[in-house]
Amino acid sequence: MIYADNAATTKMSEAAVNTMVSVMTENYGNPSSLYTFGQRAREILEKAREDIALAIGATPKEIYFTSGGSESDNQAIRSAAEIGRLKGKKHIISTAFEHHAVLHTLEKLEKEGFEVTLLPVHENGLVVTSELEAAIREDTCLVTVMYANNEIGTIQPIKEIGKICREKNVLFHTDAVQAMGHIPVNVVTDDVDMLSASAHKFHGPKGVGFLYVKKGIRLTNIIEGGAQERGKRAGTENVAGIAAAAVALKEAVSKLSVYGETVTKKRDRLIAGLSEIPHSALNGDKDLRLPGNVNFCFEGIEGESLLLLLDDKGIQASSGSACTSGSLDPSHVLLAIGRVHDVAHGSLRLTIDESTSDEDVEYIIKSVKETVEYLRSFSPVWRNLVEGKAKFIL
Amino acid sequence: MALYSEKVMDHFRNPRNVGVIEDANGIGEVGNAKCGDIMKMYLKVEDDIIKDVKFETFGCGSAIASSSMATEMIKGQPLSEAMKLTNKAVAEALDGLPDYKMHCSVLAEEAIKSAIEDYEKRKEA
Repeated sequence: MIYADNAATTKMSEAAVNTMVSVMTENYGNPSSLYTFGQRAREILEKAREDIALAIGATPKEIYFTSGGSESDNQAIRSAAEIGRLKGKKHIISTAFEHHAVLHTLEKLEKEGFEVTLLPVHENGLVVTSELEAAIREDTCLVTVMYANNEIGTIQPIKEIGKICREKNVLFHTDAVQAMGHIPVNVVTDDVDMLSASAHKFHGPKGVGFLYVKKGIRLTNIIEGGAQERGKRAGTENVAGIAAAAVALKEAVSKLSVYGETVTKKRDRLIAGLSEIPHSALNGDKDLRLPGNVNFCFEGIEGESLLLLLDDKGIQASSGSACTSGSLDPSHVLLAIGRVHDVAHGSLRLTIDESTSDEDVEYIIKSVKETVEYLRSFSPVWRNLVEGKAKFIL
Repeated sequence: MALYSEKVMDHFRNPRNVGVIEDANGIGEVGNAKCGDIMKMYLKVEDDIIKDVKFETFGCGSAIASSSMATEMIKGQPLSEAMKLTNKAVAEALDGLPDYKMHCSVLAEEAIKSAIEDYEKRKEA
């Protein structure tokens, strides 16, 4: 099996699994309990907070543990909106291709009287900072732009955006779920006010995430209850998961430069190999993308069929096709970078990591080539293109 | 739980009657404007009997499987019988489709009806 869907989730690292098991079996106390056994769990929790803070350039008190990226996004945006509301500022800037945890929260806020500007991300899948700057108004309370896109992997100019927001005195949140543990992230040098992350994207467990909130920014609760996380996120802490998340992040960050170099090489080989398929196109900027992300559109075929046949060949991947989404629309990310419906249907996302061997890469290229050719052999769309009854787009 | 029944996967992996009939006397092409799937059916009709049928499909696993199953169901049948084929019958023959994929079987029914109508139009002309 070749697992090439690391953007969906990653395999837990051995150290993270061991940490999790050891906390669950040996230190299962409740951090809120006052006896020694509970306080030992508290120590594990606070050590994890320190490690995570250190990994991203924050201080421990600026880290809040959550259930994952979606919750972090919800809480960050809700909090910034509340701060804005109190000042009469009800305008939020984001991008057209954010994760639904962001977009759906913004849609809800629109119904509550907020105005949302979604910046275009252009053909290369990148925000243009001058457009962002021009969109900021007197009443803008928040800019939320993802660090790296989850489908096409494009890395946004976070540092520049951070600088603009700092100058204009607007809160800046970034959904760093895909970036964390894959490229260097530092909340200080990036001038970020709030940042969301999810452990299972960097070889930690599912159901654990964190929200970085710069000191002095008031959080609004999404979950009410006990006084955990300094009263900002109720519910007994997932100590085992949090400890494992910290171990996984430390591990990922410690090998970032090697990871970046080796995986980027494999990614570029994949891109070169798949580019040989006629009437295909890479989605998103060729260079400003995550080390492991490859996303292509192939004209004349549909993505779900491609995924099922690749699965038969032992390759796990994903697609932005409507047929894979359970809805009738193709990926909003592909539409945002200007891919028309027909072309967006034939998309394939491969997200590899350091465990993907060079042989795996060659096997993927060969398998995708064969499968695309096979599906085109009985595609009426492809026939029309070849016979000149329709025009090739790619 | 698998996404599709074994029958769907069998017809998807080994589609029956794939391709083109060069001297077809009935051709129907239908598409779902929303999801983007497109199906094309080629019929060779003799004495009101479907002697041969082939298909080309752009679509997901269930669209390809539905086309394949539908062609099997009408091959050798008189036109009057083929006209009675319903999407439900196609889906049932495939041991069911997920709810949100039922429109794929509708496409198969429509493609066959469209090809038969084309045949009848040509006959009149």
